[in-house]
Amino acid sequence: MSRLILPYAAPDGGQPSSLFPDYRSTVARSPRHQPIAIPQTLTEVTGPSDWSRLMGPAMADLTTQHKAEPQGQRIVVTGRVLDEDGRPVPNTVVEIWQANAAGRYIHAKDDWPAPLDPNFTGVGRVVTDGEGRYRYVTIRPGAYPWGNHKNAWRPAHIHLSLLGPAFATRLVTQMYFPDDPLIEIDPIANAVPMPYRQRMVSRFDIGTTVPNWALGYVFDIVLKGRDQTPFEDEHDDDH
Amino acid sequence: MMTTTDLETRNAAPRPDNQDAALFGQTPWQTVGPYFHYGLPWKGGADLVERSEMGARPDLMPPEHFLLSGSNVSGTPEGEVIALAGCVYDAAGKPIEDAMIEIWQANAAGRYASPDDLREEVALDRHFVGFGRASTDKDGVYRFRTIRPGRVPGPGNSLQAPHIALSVFGRGLLKRLPTRLYFADGAGNETDPILNLVPEARRRTLIAQRQPDGTWWLDINLAGENETVFFDM
Repeated sequence: MSRLILPYAAPDGGQPSSLFPDYRSTVARSPRHQPIAIPQTLTEVTGPSDWSRLMGPAMADLTTQHKAEPQGQRIVVTGRVLDEDGRPVPNTVVEIWQANAAGRYIHAKDDWPAPLDPNFTGVGRVVTDGEGRYRYVTIRPGAYPWGNHKNAWRPAHIHLSLLGPAFATRLVTQMYFPDDPLIEIDPIANAVPMPYRQRMVSRFDIGTTVPNWALGYVFDIVLKGRDQTPFEDEHDDDH
Repeated sequence: MMTTTDLETRNAAPRPDNQDAALFGQTPWQTVGPYFHYGLPWKGGADLVERSEMGARPDLMPPEHFLLSGSNVSGTPEGEVIALAGCVYDAAGKPIEDAMIEIWQANAAGRYASPDDLREEVALDRHFVGFGRASTDKDGVYRFRTIRPGRVPGPGNSLQAPHIALSVFGRGLLKRLPTRLYFADGAGNETDPILNLVPEARRRTLIAQRQPDGTWWLDINLAGENETVFFDM
């Protein structure tokens, strides 16, 4: 029997609701029923761990994937993946995708007429070490317009996807940059109320900055926690 | 006169970012957006049985940018090979071509390939990981090839019916939508501890039906009359 269980805990206000009409696409796509709370069975407390076997090798440098260097400002992003008790989460894959320095994705459906960069795809993946740390090299993405409302611009952001140790700890988020005035008027970022929105803002860090080479940003990611309660305990059964 | 910059004192001010201890807590969810196709689904990610290119949409990016490699799964897992598919619909019943589905499941013997499944008496299958990812195609259809899972324990002394945990991601989805797939002829569906938490009239939204070609089919309705049951865990 698994000795791990993820306690069902009410969120602290830091999670967006599914329906946020200012982000227009949520209207046609949000469930109208409340999700049904379920106990943590073996299905929810387990998750895949052998990432290289599943997906192939790590891709920690997004600036060396093509013939030449991409345009834009090189940055290093590092941080820790932690659970909500502050414990490091080792061996967790962090998947990364982003626009180029001009704010353009290589995606066929991105028709915003900013230049494509033949030397930048904007995709990477790294696995956290024994202390839950990760580090990757990329270029700072640009802001871009989108069709949500009049004069809508997405703040510069990097998409991040983590699964963590269990199906229940799955997380997809976006990392924003400090001092970006677009964050406060962006419906996607604003779906998370203040002050919790700040959990998605990275910090410029001179210690991470590499002299004569790349600016450094620090971004910690906090996954749902887990407990040591065996699920045979009666209080776990009466949901 | 020479001056020096003391970087320690220049960088010490408290800042309103996620390094502020007062804000510590779960990182908020954000959408995968419309452009996840070159960052998440990888070739082979939807084939849990053999090596193939199932799972990705390489048509949505120039070929030289398709960097995500295929899975390294080798050998053939034990158990019954099945095809899973379904269409993802929005509230108006329109198929969604920019959704992504993830699955997580036990092997044919009912064991999860996870260090947190400690049941050594149930066999691991070294050819089966049990995790997969597929993007929907132009018609909103997701497809997986996998192994029919065995039964795994539930709370207390209960036994769960064979099931596959499934999550939906996409543009307009600020958070993933977790749900489950059960099989219409699955042993123990009537006593499954999770299905029994679902109002009877809505249970059918979780139960895949076998098609004449053998595919197990489960549509996912994000909203509307047949809204799929989603879970909070």
